[in-house]
Amino acid sequence: MSQSNTFTLDGKTIPYNEGQTIIQAAMAAGVYIPHLCFNPEFKPHGSCKLCTVKANGRQTASCTQHPAPGMVVESDTIEINDERRALLQMLFVEGNHFCPSCEKSGNCQLQATAYEMKMMSPHFDQFFPDRMLDASHPEYLLDFNRCILCSLCVRASRDVDGKNVFALSGRGIKSHLIVNAKSGRLADTDFSGDDKAAHVCPVGVILKKRVGFTIPIGQRSFDEQPISATPHPQGACPVGPRSNTATLPPHPTVKGG
Amino acid sequence: MNTPVKAKLKVATTSLAGCFGCHMSFLDIDERLLDLLQLVEFDRSPLTDIKHCGPCDIGIIEGGLCNAENVHVLREFRANCKILIALGACAINGGLPAQRNHLPLTTILEEVYHAQHGLVDGFIPNDPELPLPLDKVHPIHEVVKIDYFIPGCPPSSDAIWKVLTDLLAGKEPELGHGLIHYD
Repeated sequence: MSQSNTFTLDGKTIPYNEGQTIIQAAMAAGVYIPHLCFNPEFKPHGSCKLCTVKANGRQTASCTQHPAPGMVVESDTIEINDERRALLQMLFVEGNHFCPSCEKSGNCQLQATAYEMKMMSPHFDQFFPDRMLDASHPEYLLDFNRCILCSLCVRASRDVDGKNVFALSGRGIKSHLIVNAKSGRLADTDFSGDDKAAHVCPVGVILKKRVGFTIPIGQRSFDEQPISATPHPQGACPVGPRSNTATLPPHPTVKGG
Repeated sequence: MNTPVKAKLKVATTSLAGCFGCHMSFLDIDERLLDLLQLVEFDRSPLTDIKHCGPCDIGIIEGGLCNAENVHVLREFRANCKILIALGACAINGGLPAQRNHLPLTTILEEVYHAQHGLVDGFIPNDPELPLPLDKVHPIHEVVKIDYFIPGCPPSSDAIWKVLTDLLAGKEPELGHGLIHYD
């Protein structure tokens, strides 16, 4: 693993190791690339497209794209940030993201990324979809209104917990998160607060009960500093320890697309 | 020679389907209100009790659209204001009033005025002076063009002050970290 290879990101030279993706190398170098479905502890999903960059002039998801020596990558540009903002606006109107009533407000990566991208309005018409709430589990609450289909809980439950509690079902605009039980209720699974899946939701879907406003709004992670200055935004979740899965290998199996 | 007196900019404000929390936050700019009054004068606003909006430079709208009168007032503001600002969560995405959008309107009216325990001979109000509720609550940008948005529930007085002073200085308003908030 030599670090002889480099690419440039917005003009800055970034070293990378064989097997690293653009966003991994950027993170290691302390450079923020906006992202939602990417979490350094998991195999990339490449679905939210927030981490899109221009690599040698072509748009690509930086969480799945491997750099090449001398590659010229652009990320923090007006053009790309405009597109990221549009993606965020679509995520906001497709769900019910009513921040003032959300326990995750201030610790939410969707919200913090929207602040970062200076999203001042949803721009599009609201869908106001009808989504469920699942309060069946004694310790955890599921509020599907806020799901952005990042699949992090799916990946954590399947790859780390070995439980397959969550899955994405349906296609296109009908895609939605489901719970793997005949009843569809979280209480009827073997989900537990010790699961990795309980601590990876970047938004306010998977919430530990009875801790909601222990830390008041206004004193939370992204109130203190913007997400671009937070080294590991996943650690912002106040309701769970950063887990014991740091031993997961980086993603050598993932080939760039 | 007398230097020409710079005309004050005209500002109008209103609260549609809101709670007046954004107006309270606006008043929370405290003594800066005196500085502001050197530069602007208020037209239609809960602060002046003027009932209709004349030609204005800046219109500030709190709240979303929950009934026909809200739409009417919003259109009056758009027709009269050069710059229209959506102030706060409800104006921007419907906010708390829009939480009713998941229930059929008839169910809500039945529940509130008729079926709820303790109501005697309750009936759904039908006075012609009452504006008809909309089927769903909508943010204001879905009906008219909005030039600027100040998010927050409510936006902080500092955020409101920043946008207004930027505009009065002829700059594009910009809210940095700490001033842009959705909660």
